[in-house]
Amino acid sequence: MSEEARLRSPLGRALGLGSAKEGVAHWWAQRVTAVALIPLILWFVAALVALTGADRSTVVAWLQEPFPAIVTVLLLIAGIYHMSLGVQVVIEDYVHGEAMKISAIVLNKLVAFAIAAAGIFAVLRIAFQG
Amino acid sequence: MSQAQRPLSPHLQIYKWQLTSVLSITHRATGLALAVGSLLLVWWLFAAAAGADAFATAQGFWYSWIGRLLLLGWSWSLFFHLCNGIRHLFWDAGWGFELKTTYRSGWTVVAASVVLTLIAWIAGYAVRG
Repeated sequence: MSEEARLRSPLGRALGLGSAKEGVAHWWAQRVTAVALIPLILWFVAALVALTGADRSTVVAWLQEPFPAIVTVLLLIAGIYHMSLGVQVVIEDYVHGEAMKISAIVLNKLVAFAIAAAGIFAVLRIAFQG
Repeated sequence: MSQAQRPLSPHLQIYKWQLTSVLSITHRATGLALAVGSLLLVWWLFAAAAGADAFATAQGFWYSWIGRLLLLGWSWSLFFHLCNGIRHLFWDAGWGFELKTTYRSGWTVVAASVVLTLIAWIAGYAVRG
């Protein structure tokens, strides 16, 4: 039996959360969103380049198509989720003092939800109202 | 909080600058820059949803020289974070840890981010005519 297996309780091993008590969920979510963002962001940048100099009616007509609207919403979800995960790690690294750190992490999550909600609302409003 | 008299690890200035650590902190810095950029992206979407006047204001900002400068910074940040992120994913898969490979992939990321930025801008100017 390995050293680790003897030192950790059976419950600790079953939960698999490690000494930081958060497990690998954050790490995995960051990677999954990263992989999803590769095609999403390449498509979005190409679309934005194609829209250079476009007036509002062109942008609106583009976002009223199902594919651009859906993929832009997916980009906002994956991108802002990825962003909040990354900013959280920066906070954990540089913000010291437990109260400040937890406040900053909570604020980061709430701001991420607000940005995502605003962005998705804007896309849906264009898609449904023009 | 009790402050034990433990030895400190050396301060950052002690270390010699090297590509690997510079790209590592650049990945973080570009990530933060993109976080700020996401606010501007949502502003642009919001302006498009709000109406012609709001959209014209947003476009006017993006086409101003300061807007273009910010866009240039963000587009490079995006391509750098994208390319270096892919480099990270290869590391996560257990590939590319040899020192030589790390430097080669690092310089590839630097070159690719610059080339992709140039392609995007040349294409943008070509579209606008």
